[in-house]
Amino acid sequence: MTFEYAPAPESRSVVDIAPSYGLFIDGEFAEAADGKVFKTVSPSTEEVLSEVAQAGEADVDRAVRAARKAFGTWSALPGSERAKYLFRIARIIQERSRELAVLETLDNGKPIKETRDADLPLVAAHFFYYAGWADKLEHAGFGPAPRPLGVAGQVIPWNFPLLMLAWKIAPALATGNTVVLKPAETTPLSALFFADICRQAGLPKGVVNIVPGYGDAGAALVAHPDVNKVAFTGSTAVGKEIARTVAGTRKKLTLELGGKGANIVFDDAPIDQAVEGIVSGIFFNQGQVCCAGSRLLVQESIHDELLDSLKRRLATLRLGDPLDKNTDIGAINSAEQLARITALAEQGEAEGAERWSPACELPSAGYWFAPTLFTNVTQAHTIARDEIFGPVLSVLTFRTPDEAVAKANNTPYGLSAGIWTEKGSRILAVANKLRAGVIWSNTFNKFDPTSPFGGYKESGFGREGGRHGLEAYLDV
Amino acid sequence: MSDRLSVFKTYKLYVGGKFPRSESGRVYEVTDANGDWLANAPLSSRKDARDAVVAARKAFGAWSGATAYNRGQILYRIAEMLEGRREQFVREVADAEGLSEAQAAAQVDAAIDRWVWYAGWTDKIAQVVGGGNPVAGPFFNLSSPEPTGVVAVVAPQESSFLGLVSVIAPVIATGNTAVFVAAERSPLPALSLGEVLATSDLPGGVVNVLSGRPAEIAAPLAAHQDVNAIDLAGADDVLAKELEIAAADNLKRVLRPQPVDDWTATPGIDRMTAFLETKTVWHPTGSLGASGSSY
Repeated sequence: MTFEYAPAPESRSVVDIAPSYGLFIDGEFAEAADGKVFKTVSPSTEEVLSEVAQAGEADVDRAVRAARKAFGTWSALPGSERAKYLFRIARIIQERSRELAVLETLDNGKPIKETRDADLPLVAAHFFYYAGWADKLEHAGFGPAPRPLGVAGQVIPWNFPLLMLAWKIAPALATGNTVVLKPAETTPLSALFFADICRQAGLPKGVVNIVPGYGDAGAALVAHPDVNKVAFTGSTAVGKEIARTVAGTRKKLTLELGGKGANIVFDDAPIDQAVEGIVSGIFFNQGQVCCAGSRLLVQESIHDELLDSLKRRLATLRLGDPLDKNTDIGAINSAEQLARITALAEQGEAEGAERWSPACELPSAGYWFAPTLFTNVTQAHTIARDEIFGPVLSVLTFRTPDEAVAKANNTPYGLSAGIWTEKGSRILAVANKLRAGVIWSNTFNKFDPTSPFGGYKESGFGREGGRHGLEAYLDV
Repeated sequence: MSDRLSVFKTYKLYVGGKFPRSESGRVYEVTDANGDWLANAPLSSRKDARDAVVAARKAFGAWSGATAYNRGQILYRIAEMLEGRREQFVREVADAEGLSEAQAAAQVDAAIDRWVWYAGWTDKIAQVVGGGNPVAGPFFNLSSPEPTGVVAVVAPQESSFLGLVSVIAPVIATGNTAVFVAAERSPLPALSLGEVLATSDLPGGVVNVLSGRPAEIAAPLAAHQDVNAIDLAGADDVLAKELEIAAADNLKRVLRPQPVDDWTATPGIDRMTAFLETKTVWHPTGSLGASGSSY
């Protein structure tokens, strides 16, 4: 006999989504100058959640002016006072975390299990962490009196909407900058709820401005002459364009871009733990993670054994309603992203890799993609080189540690990597040779506000998190 | 005593531990501050720049993998070798920059002391900018600085020797390898520095010296896909912008030109951190639970 899971939906009633939202500029919600709006949908059902004002160049300019106006007072506040605002924000996020988790799941499509247990706790922790720095900056190792930069223009992606907001806004405010933040066009809602949290916290007007919109709004923000600092998380292609835009200016730039992380499993690895790490590495958040372990490098001698275990484990993943507390795999964020994943997977097949997915029924509405793995993948295959940003794992093999390192580093990216082995010296030697900013050994996809995160090579530059994360927002 | 006819030196590039002429066969005239001829310097080509990058890449593994202590010893050795050739550099810097002997000597002394300063940094910077992170979970978590890789440097135009040393030493102290373009009008102290580096136990290819037109050779360096970072110290605004745009193609780390009033002032650590990556390594620690240990 089999035991089926009963549905265990999280209640939607905890969140009240208004039919429309404005831009949040200078402490007020306002329509776009040209009156444009766009719809944001729930990726799991395609239901329209709300209609949001769409920022254009004029709105971005107004937001930057508001941030500039607020900068003088905000940066002049004693650090201990700025700290208290951030502590307030952190506390309110904790109080409203269930509401925000449900909201994020609705707008993004990721499972409630993840928003509830990963995104929201990390968001609150990030504000707590940087709140504590605000009155200790002279001890952070950046000189006796480090100064803020001014107005920070921040552009964030849709994969962790509120967490990416926290990574951007918390260090910026702690160091005395004011911000204009553009959330992604498919996930604007949690940033607008954050605007309400700023209101509840009594944050002075203009310190945080939220301008939902498309790429044109992001480009206008990055290019605005009165922006002193640009922080971007997103694709490598857009990152390069931004680097060209700020060339020749005094704007300080940090970029957190794509990845093609290698998860290396040696023959002495604890297989069951490695399988859990591989699954978390590529199927967490439907693989829409810049630091995903999207290339599995497995030592040849354990290839078959590991793949058998992995396939058994994938067959137990539950795909479906993201609000169901038992759901492991939610919806892909947008039709556009689904099309990209689909095309790359088809290319993988066409180039000769072997495709496998567990038996898995996809819902009829919404954007869905079954967990997929490819075996017989070579380094020349597109699916071994391009970032797919979806639940697609490419499996390659190696014989020696040197070969594993060479293959892992054979990419223009350098964000993350994983190492699975019981041998300590091998962990340290391989970790030392990998050209990546975050190395998870015998674990994967761990995040913490105290731990610097960011890439080597074309995965970007600058670090977010920890003491290191302050540098991006200080005049040093 | 009859006037002895002196022996001129042929100034050559320093690439991969060897002293080649420019593959292009070109030279250009270098004059002193009064316009009098001093020497012919190699007019490097794009091909010379690419050869230098190949040499720098080849040297990177061993240099970045050397112990910090060893790198410190070698940087100190550079200071020792320079001290022994102090008079030569005083003369070259005086000619290059139109300084009195005393002024030039002050520049050279400061440059020698700068090598000593950075020699001491090699095994300290990791403790200053790295460290353990107190993550909220049962994990060991350590952030360490690592060299970015191959760094192209447009050397300062006004300070032909002290400025040069001040931008090169921090790049290699942390384990990067460098390709630099000497000051265009006064490249001779830089080319002579190559001779010092060659006799200081510094592995060939760690520092590669090119002379010529920055506008000609810096562009292929900025666009080179195997260069990881670029220091624009000696580029004017127009060139700096052009190079920064080219550098975006593979997202090089870019250090923009900084105004420097006084090269003799003690530098901070910014020129080192500009060419350092941060690597963070996680590992479970295991934990003691109610039911016993998990390690």
